[in-house]
Amino acid sequence: MGTIIIIGVITLTVAGIVLSLILYLVAQKFKVVEDPRIDLVAEKLPGANCGGCGFAGCRALAEAIVKAENLEGKACPVGGVPVMAQVADVMGLKAEASDPMVAVVRCNGGKCNTHKKVSYDGAKDCVVANQNFAGEGACSFGCLGLGNCSRACKFDALYINEQTGLPEVNQDKCVGCGACVKACPRLVIELRKKGLKDRRVFVSCINKDKGAAAKKNCDVACIGCGKCEKVCPFGAITVANNLSYIDFNKCKMCRKCVAECPTGAIHAVNFPPAKPKVEKPAEETAQVNNDNNPQEKGTVNENI
Amino acid sequence: MKTFNKGGVHPEENKLASNNKTKVFPLTKKAVVFVSQHLGAPATCLVQKGDKVKVGTLLARADAFICANTHSPYSGTVTKVDVAVDFNGFKKPAIYIDVEGDEWEESIDRTADIKREITLEPKEIVQRMKDCGIVGLGGAAFPTNVKYMVPDGKKAEFLIINGVECEPYLTSDNRIMIENTEEIFIGIEIMKKALGINTALIGIENNKPEAIKLMTAMSEKYKGTEVVPLKLKYPQGAEKQLINALTGREVPSGKLPIEVGCVVDNVGTALAIYQAVQKNKPLIDNVMTFTGKSVKPENQKNLLVRVGTPLQEIIDYCGGLPEDTGKLISGGPMMGKAIMDTSAPTVKTTSSILVINEKEAKRQTPTPCIRCGKCVDACPMGLEPVLLSTLCSQDKWEEAENECVMDCIECGCCLFTCPANRPLLDLIRVGKFKVGALRRARAQK
Amino acid sequence: MFNISGSPHVHGTMSTKKIMWGVVIAMLPAFLVSIYFFGIDALLLTLVSVASCLFFEWAIQKYILKGDMSTVADGSAVITGMLLAFNVPSSLPIWLIILGSLVAIGVGKMTFGGLGKNPFNPALVGRVFLFLSFPTDMAMSSWPKPAPLFASNVVETVTGPTSLNIIKGITKTGEGLDQLPSALDMFLGSMGGSLGEISAIAILIGGVYMLCRKIITWHIPVAFLASAFIFAGILHLVSPETYVAPYYHLFAGGMMLGAVFMATDMVTSPLTHKGQLIFGCGCGILTIIFRCFGPMPEGVSFAILIMNGVTPLINKFIKTDKFGYKK
Repeated sequence: MGTIIIIGVITLTVAGIVLSLILYLVAQKFKVVEDPRIDLVAEKLPGANCGGCGFAGCRALAEAIVKAENLEGKACPVGGVPVMAQVADVMGLKAEASDPMVAVVRCNGGKCNTHKKVSYDGAKDCVVANQNFAGEGACSFGCLGLGNCSRACKFDALYINEQTGLPEVNQDKCVGCGACVKACPRLVIELRKKGLKDRRVFVSCINKDKGAAAKKNCDVACIGCGKCEKVCPFGAITVANNLSYIDFNKCKMCRKCVAECPTGAIHAVNFPPAKPKVEKPAEETAQVNNDNNPQEKGTVNENI
Repeated sequence: MKTFNKGGVHPEENKLASNNKTKVFPLTKKAVVFVSQHLGAPATCLVQKGDKVKVGTLLARADAFICANTHSPYSGTVTKVDVAVDFNGFKKPAIYIDVEGDEWEESIDRTADIKREITLEPKEIVQRMKDCGIVGLGGAAFPTNVKYMVPDGKKAEFLIINGVECEPYLTSDNRIMIENTEEIFIGIEIMKKALGINTALIGIENNKPEAIKLMTAMSEKYKGTEVVPLKLKYPQGAEKQLINALTGREVPSGKLPIEVGCVVDNVGTALAIYQAVQKNKPLIDNVMTFTGKSVKPENQKNLLVRVGTPLQEIIDYCGGLPEDTGKLISGGPMMGKAIMDTSAPTVKTTSSILVINEKEAKRQTPTPCIRCGKCVDACPMGLEPVLLSTLCSQDKWEEAENECVMDCIECGCCLFTCPANRPLLDLIRVGKFKVGALRRARAQK
Repeated sequence: MFNISGSPHVHGTMSTKKIMWGVVIAMLPAFLVSIYFFGIDALLLTLVSVASCLFFEWAIQKYILKGDMSTVADGSAVITGMLLAFNVPSSLPIWLIILGSLVAIGVGKMTFGGLGKNPFNPALVGRVFLFLSFPTDMAMSSWPKPAPLFASNVVETVTGPTSLNIIKGITKTGEGLDQLPSALDMFLGSMGGSLGEISAIAILIGGVYMLCRKIITWHIPVAFLASAFIFAGILHLVSPETYVAPYYHLFAGGMMLGAVFMATDMVTSPLTHKGQLIFGCGCGILTIIFRCFGPMPEGVSFAILIMNGVTPLINKFIKTDKFGYKK
């Protein structure tokens, strides 16, 4: 009996030593030397892995920052300036100041302002629909309203308004990660500067058809008339391919273009109600200021 | 009887117009001709506002390798060069023509007699195909001349002619096989000469007995061309499945039919090649079917329609749409596309206007997948549609690529057979789109 | 207004509902045989089982999952109910079959998200639950002996051992071969056992019906029965005294019922034909192993449940031959 125990103990001990040696050697052979700063940087990042920075996730951004030893072009849109300041501290660098961005839906057609010509019956996916036809309202540029953007949003900041059939951005939740921009097959959504006091002026249309064709399908399309370009004192507006675009870096929010636009395609949001003739204000939804838009705040059906 | 080895389904045939003789559609007043009507690089427009054109005048020239010429199907004045809406609602560059009379280019032989002697050399034949803007009329509109430039190191052994017409409802190929039998055979002789081979196989599904009879009788006269009746099964008319049915060979994944020594063309293309080479007539018209279950029998028509005719005029000519129309389809019900706008003009490959009644037009509501595996059984490419669609709906593009999503031929068997009505093919198409983009991005790196 | 959707624009005639009700129709012969032999008890048990399965499906779908109510009417719960009733003896108390239904639908199916998402056959989950929790009521030693319903002089219910118990006895003691019912009786159903499993011929009629309607393919049942037959045959050749002839195994117990109705459950069986063959062989061999070497006389339910668990692996590793990849 005693010998059996002794033999057992010896065998197991020897086996343990041999195996641990093997483990040690393998671990040495395949050792990965990692910069300890990666962990430190990754700790400061939000950890949502949204991909908004353009990297695969928060850790990938941390690795890129540590590897490059600078912060150029690497910024966390979610955490914004405070987080990047902390990261800069860890790295011993100076943080760049970057403007907070917000997603803006550049289509106001939807169910209310376009005329439904056909009904779509396939899979509820914008990419699928885009392969099959121009859209229920026959505009081949505008929003299809099947919600790929809202499914792509990791921050619950985008949802389709059932009444208008258009996506709406909750600007308090939106972090400007750009996932919705990538998800949209028609590039309807754009990231724009959040603006002073959240005020923004933008063209809510991306239809490049000639004026008459655009207007035929949609009441609130940009017809490329160029009035806004002429009235803009700062040269922020350019009209190309029958479509107006406002450069948010040059725009000083004077809103002359908003008053000038014959179709109401230019939206100004979050401005206070200045005079009676200006439309009613909007605080939370990114696009409300439109006479043609029957939606009321607070009636949004979240059950999409 | 031969057929392909994997999968396949049996949709209702509904070849309602198969016995109706082809009629020539009257000339329209205002034609709209798309500048590019083929797969590949866009053609360059050669005309401008105010130009006078005749039937057969070159409107747009092919400058790239995979590209095709576009000719004027009508004589008259170009009123504008602008965009026009295609039947999907998308805008494409197009030439608007006000039709005046019916004046043809002098070089085109308009006589009805059949010209049997082939005078052109193989190189000239291929050049003539390119000049006349011949594209594959099976549906993809791939420029035909490219197929006849066999790459180095490859050798064509079989010319395969597709007279299968496996899509339900469509009868246009059946009609031209019955009405233009000899022209098709001369076209095949021309194609064989261009390839330098002497073996051609014509596959025809056995639901077209009249066509099989006439074609077989004609094949006595033209040696080396054999008519093979095929067992009824969809998608027999798909290129890879047809090669498999006729020769037993499998085109390797991602490769062209020439890899297994085959060149495949449609009977309609054979007819167009005959007209181009022997009569110098460019591709400006083709036979299409107007049909549907609720269309009255006298309105079921096979029509020879010129390119650029608005669909609405064809519908009006055929007595208008029945009241219970729920959906219009250009092409067959399995692979055709739904028509959104009937003001759009026809193109070279428009093979039908199919009227689906309200009852069948609506897709059923999808219910949970019961993993019955019927889509796996039905897939002619041996894929697992249920797995692919799941991966695609979860954005797992790399995994979908490993499961060969790019091999999908979009025949629609999976969705057709799914008892839970799940939109399998819709999701797989997204996967193909995304994986294609991924591959292009990788190739650029 | 026109409809727009991607191709194809026509749809085949098959639907989930048709498949499910087709299976129900296929089970009717076995159901009728059970009524013939076990009388009103069989009818009552089956009806209660179906009704309670439908009720639990409806209640859970409505109040807990708050999901799509259409799955209640599609017939899948009816199948579960019928299969569960087919797997119990006619003497089972009614309250137990209701409990079994709750476990089958609640635990076996709805916890995973309802139709199409359950990894295990719900009816078998219910049956195994009853079998392990209430062994006396599930009465493995004595089953009501079938008495034809219309026989004039039947007054009392007789109980006797099932053929599987006899087979087990033979394996253990080497005695009792003479107690086995004749092969013809086993084929027609005149033997002790659960409600639905007694008549091989009735089950086979249902199986042929499902094959003709293209609801199932031949792969799983044939692989199941053939592998069981061959494996039992080998054992019989090795030791004829201990192991009975293989055809007894085919007709005894739930082998037929399992092969035709339970292993072929689409949700819990592999997608590809190759996978289905492997699945069927696994079921057959495991069943014979359980029957011949296990502690209990019956092994079909456990064999199928184990292979249900293996199904995701089979789906992952056994792939179809893809077109264009021939070497």
